[in-house]
Amino acid sequence: MTTHTEIPIVPIVPDADRPRHYAKRPFRLSRWVRDAGWRHLIAIIAVIFAVFPLLYVVSASLNPAGSLVGSNQLFATINFANYFALFTNPEQPYALWFVNSLVISLITSLATVFLGAMAAYAFSRMRFLGRRIGLLALILIQMFPQFLAVVALFLLLSAIGEVVPALGLGTQLGLIFVYLGGALGVNTYLMYGFFSTVPISIDEAAKIDGASHAQIFFGIILRLVAPILAVVGLLSFIATTGEYVLASIMLTDPTRQTLAVGLYSFVSQAFSNNWSIFAAGAVLAAIPVMIVFLLLQKYIVGGLTAGSVK
Amino acid sequence: MATSASPQKSPVDRELAGRSVMTTDPHQLRAAAGFRRSGLVAVISKILLLGLFDAFSLSLIFAMAGLHLWVPLIATIVITLLINWIYLGKSKRLPGKYLTPGVVFLLVFQIFVVFFSGYIAFTNYGDGHNSTKADAIGAITVAAQKRVPDSPTYAVAILQKDGKFFFLVTDPAGKVSVGSSTDPLTAASNPQRDGTGQANGLAGYDTLTLDQVLAAQEAITAIAVPLTANPADGTLRTDDASSAYLYTSDLSYDRRADTFTNGSGVVYRDDGKGEFATADGTKKLSPGWKIDVGFENFAKAFTNPQLSGPLLRVAIWTFVFALASVALTFALGLFLALVLNHPTLRGKKIYRVLVVLPYAFPVYLSGLVWAGLLNPQFGFVNQVLFGGAQIPWLTAPLLAQFSVILVNVWLGYPYMFLVCTGALQSLPEELNEAARVDGASPWRALRSIKLPLLLVSIAPLLIASFAFNFNNFNVIYMLTRGWPRFSDTTFDIGSTDLLITMVYKVAFGSGGARDYGLASALSIVIFLLIATISVIAFRRTKALEDIN
Repeated sequence: MTTHTEIPIVPIVPDADRPRHYAKRPFRLSRWVRDAGWRHLIAIIAVIFAVFPLLYVVSASLNPAGSLVGSNQLFATINFANYFALFTNPEQPYALWFVNSLVISLITSLATVFLGAMAAYAFSRMRFLGRRIGLLALILIQMFPQFLAVVALFLLLSAIGEVVPALGLGTQLGLIFVYLGGALGVNTYLMYGFFSTVPISIDEAAKIDGASHAQIFFGIILRLVAPILAVVGLLSFIATTGEYVLASIMLTDPTRQTLAVGLYSFVSQAFSNNWSIFAAGAVLAAIPVMIVFLLLQKYIVGGLTAGSVK
Repeated sequence: MATSASPQKSPVDRELAGRSVMTTDPHQLRAAAGFRRSGLVAVISKILLLGLFDAFSLSLIFAMAGLHLWVPLIATIVITLLINWIYLGKSKRLPGKYLTPGVVFLLVFQIFVVFFSGYIAFTNYGDGHNSTKADAIGAITVAAQKRVPDSPTYAVAILQKDGKFFFLVTDPAGKVSVGSSTDPLTAASNPQRDGTGQANGLAGYDTLTLDQVLAAQEAITAIAVPLTANPADGTLRTDDASSAYLYTSDLSYDRRADTFTNGSGVVYRDDGKGEFATADGTKKLSPGWKIDVGFENFAKAFTNPQLSGPLLRVAIWTFVFALASVALTFALGLFLALVLNHPTLRGKKIYRVLVVLPYAFPVYLSGLVWAGLLNPQFGFVNQVLFGGAQIPWLTAPLLAQFSVILVNVWLGYPYMFLVCTGALQSLPEELNEAARVDGASPWRALRSIKLPLLLVSIAPLLIASFAFNFNNFNVIYMLTRGWPRFSDTTFDIGSTDLLITMVYKVAFGSGGARDYGLASALSIVIFLLIATISVIAFRRTKALEDIN
């Protein structure tokens, strides 16, 4: 929300700390403690706080004991039985959930990027009545998360399902359509800022060459703004995989559910007993997201600070 | 946009730089021809897409007409015409061509549903009240059926066609007819008969075998085939899939008086609350139907003792949770950013990666993982860190609130850390030097120079973070489900419930009746709260001023 073009925040570039030239002085422990030692101490405490729960899940997922209480000895045994159990037990179709999450999130994020980019192109390149109001409205609308209207969405989809069964309650396509209701908003605003940095003289030159607006958009602009498209697509992908409220009421058939819904209902059935298998599922579900996040952290943070908030 | 704002020098850019406007350059003429050729492709694909869309709309319109959905039908026609008008028009409608797809989704799935919530908030929509009065009358009539004491025995065979069950009925006079729950009995022509003259097959239908009957036992005993088109004539039902009996409703509906009367003469009237009830209101017939109830849902939320007290506590807790989350995540994030933002600190990069790891972990998983860690009986924290103590981290009201905030800090501080690090690094180093030259202590330099500058850029993000945490569904629901439950209400509301989780549970909770009307009324209240907060916040930060 509150995307603010003037927020002077740069993405984190680790090299941005300009190394100052300090005179070489002989090493003295007391000065090291005063200057850097306490920082290391705090940093290590923070790292333990941050990483411990994650290590705990990994340990639990490798523990064949299965239950919550059995998971308390960290890395006592290492065994991949839980991972096999994930894919063999028909009561929790983990592989299906995984694929469902992937498909729903991929389609949603691709469509979000496309719809958002088109709107951003219009806002940044054209002047029309209601442009300013439109931009303001987009910022205000996204103050209200879509899931606040969860009841109305549920009833709307059940009504749609009577007319078009393929889009009704319980269908993944219907859920994707609902998600696309939020495609404009923060994404558009984010992209709008980036689009505006591409000089308009490029459009004009192409127009002189006889290019139509569609050719300029698809052939030229979209390629120039590829970085922001990647960021928006990624943010949308991560947000969609983690979405629970709407997915839980729209998808009731276990074979159609997403990871968030499926894993939650699985673990809440028998919290303690299903613990290790859940942990294995959590590790597998988290690894792709974490890898992508860490690889592209620089860009994501830039996008987040300019636009949304986790 | 501050991020990566440098204009990109692309190949196109460079190519275009030294080009004249005259189109005599053969290179350029070729380019123009290429544009024309792909222009044709564009026109064809546009016509194709628009044609597909129109075909889809047309099928929608017919389907809606079949279901007598006139308002959506008109809306579909208007939207379809508008879209055609936009895409077939000249360049004046160009912005529309780019905005329409996203805006249509926005209108239907974000803006319309808000108004729809507003409408539902004024109805009694929910379990037992989810259809029209006519549907309710039919359902009550069918539900109240009893076997007629001297019913003749009808021989039946169960038939199946297209996955639907039918009764093939041979009445005592030997006449054969066929029907299903939705189709009243009609005479069957040329049925196959067994030795006793009982019909057991009909062309176009499959007769169920004994195994199939046993497998579908429940579905078959639930079938009630109307004798005639008039529901008052009763229905045929079977217990054993071989003989059926006549059932008539114990309740008879008097259309003129709009009342139900049962066998012993008790009269049920429309009590104006979307249901039939006796005059003293002690007995009600189910189901009811959907009616407009005005402000009753809002009144219920604020005056019903089962709801008003818990609602107030939940609202206060929602504010406390959101404020505490923002304040603590910001404090911790800023503190860590300051600690690690030291030019000569070794291992800084590794620290930074490790410290933001919680942010990369999906939220719904974090909530569940912490729920396991903090489990009072078996969790790691109690068993290992506190040596087997039974500290009720998630089950005692105050402690649960503390735990929820703790977990949310774990989830949220990496974001603040990232943001603060970015902001700190964008402050010019000269500021620090100038302060040092002027004799300011590091603490003083931080408090009087860096922090105010930092807050200018971060304030809008803090507001956003507040709004986000105000509706932070995942953390609460995955960690505690809003529990421990309040003891003074029958609703499933607890000490860690936020307004949004309360809405979810009222609308879709497993315990008790689902009350869509009440849930929508509550979400309207949330809407109003957020709107007020954001208006105040935006006024103060002037975040919206620089849109041109």
